[in-house]
Amino acid sequence: MIPMPVLLLCQAGGGAAPHAAPAGTNPLQVVFFGLYIFMLAAFLGFQVISKVPALLHTPLMAFTNAISGISLVASLVAAGRGSLDTAAILGCVAVTAATINVVGGFLITDRMLKMFRKKPGAQEAKKA
Amino acid sequence: MSAREIVTGVCYLVASFLFLMGLRGLTHPDSARRGTGYAALGMLLGVVGTLVQQNIVRYEMIAVGLVVGTIIGIPMGLKIPMTKMPERIALSHSFGGLAVALVGTAHYYAGEAAHDRFNMGATGFEVFMGAITFTGSLMAFGKLQGILPGRPLTFPLQNVITVATLLGIVGIVVYLVVDRNAPSAVFYAMLGLSFLAGVLLVLPIGGADMPVVICLLNSYAGLAAAASGFVFNNNVLIICGALDGGSGFILAMIMSKAMNRSFANVLFGAFGTEPTGPAAGPAKGVQVNEATVEEAAELMKASTSMIVVPGYGMAVAQAQHAVRDLAGLLEKGGTRVRYAIHPVAGRMPGHMNVLLAEANVPYDALFDLDAINDDFANTDVVLVVGANDVVNPAAKNTPGSPIFGMPVFNCDHAKAVIVLKRSMNPGFAGIENELFIHPKTMMVFGDAKQTITKMNGALKSDSH
Repeated sequence: MIPMPVLLLCQAGGGAAPHAAPAGTNPLQVVFFGLYIFMLAAFLGFQVISKVPALLHTPLMAFTNAISGISLVASLVAAGRGSLDTAAILGCVAVTAATINVVGGFLITDRMLKMFRKKPGAQEAKKA
Repeated sequence: MSAREIVTGVCYLVASFLFLMGLRGLTHPDSARRGTGYAALGMLLGVVGTLVQQNIVRYEMIAVGLVVGTIIGIPMGLKIPMTKMPERIALSHSFGGLAVALVGTAHYYAGEAAHDRFNMGATGFEVFMGAITFTGSLMAFGKLQGILPGRPLTFPLQNVITVATLLGIVGIVVYLVVDRNAPSAVFYAMLGLSFLAGVLLVLPIGGADMPVVICLLNSYAGLAAAASGFVFNNNVLIICGALDGGSGFILAMIMSKAMNRSFANVLFGAFGTEPTGPAAGPAKGVQVNEATVEEAAELMKASTSMIVVPGYGMAVAQAQHAVRDLAGLLEKGGTRVRYAIHPVAGRMPGHMNVLLAEANVPYDALFDLDAINDDFANTDVVLVVGANDVVNPAAKNTPGSPIFGMPVFNCDHAKAVIVLKRSMNPGFAGIENELFIHPKTMMVFGDAKQTITKMNGALKSDSH
């Protein structure tokens, strides 16, 4: 019988997560691995986001909101784990909330970005 | 490693790359839409990579959630008007927070958190961040939407109670980590306190401080997602959470810098009490130079250069299309029209840019504070549309003013200023504005949209 924590660490492993780790791997190593990922992503994000012009700050918020809908990934596991208990119902509501953000977030980001043009060109403002 | 695990791993890896590419696209308006497309594809891969996992065995609940979420998400993406964008963003932060809080609660309920100390701690942090994001964003939504009063709501010992609540949450999480056999009621008490903390944190924050709060909630939503990445040992969650958390944090810093305030001051300062009495008049003995629409139109027509300074009032009056038409008429007559956008104009970062873009104003006519502030001296007319604190010279001249030190537009350097305003009510910061009684300023009272529409009428009848 593999101990539960190890099973948990192996499941839902991300891209380069050490899920090849054999039973008995120190969970602390996994934690530090996650912290490294967090640090590098935060640093990279900081660099890239600092370059986003003020012009696009509202679309940036809508965009990051849409990608934070990635919690859908965890919600799916909570909703589809097996037993139809309270946890699955909570998971189902979580899937709903995260899906709203993903679908609505990407649609509204694109809708906003479509409006940003350089010169008005031939077409005139046609809004009631 | 099974074939399924490899598929999941590859999907997550590519998804993470696509999210970064998407973010990079947002650094320029021309590449931004393509970037959004990359990120959407990344999200699809993330979902596919998850659904092929072995531990997903039932699909009913997933299908229900996906279908209902899509049905609600499509109108939220396509139908909400641009003027409602701050409300829309606040609401979506609350959904993000809710999802994370529920996932963490389900994880605990299923008895999967208490097995190791780190996992319990991460779950506690995840649920805490998710829950305060949920209720905090709902409060922000309520304030923006006008369901709740926009002014700061205060009560005795408020900050003490808020801090005590936060400390209580931290204490409970520590207890849960130390005593892994703690009764589940302790966990649910922590959940309840976290919901309460979200309410308490946003209650004392006034409407004008919303840009900072919305950014901070954006950051919290990201940190919550990152915490759930630690709970489930899922790197794509950690990466997206870090990006979202970082983005919200950077924006919050930009916003508070643009108000010359610290986070602590925004969160606990209960700044910006709205005026109590209706239409509090100007200080006694001060002459307000009120002008008619025709006089203002005449002045603009005679000018060779004009800078429009929009503020939240433009959004409220939905005057952006009228402003664009006005600029079009003036440009036909040879006036150069530009727009000066303050970082905290409106209720969220970039609020004015989106509204003007919606009205077909080309984005190369929109200028940041730093880019245009020195040009006011060479400008004939400044048209202030529903902006107040961002044009208040008190920020430069009056050391005692609550907004002293905040960078503001040098409107008083221009040859003339036209201010469109509903009444002489002070702005959200509740401070008298010297610009409105400045000798160069003419005030035109009334609804901004109606006033500008009348101006457009006057300009048209002149040219015929």
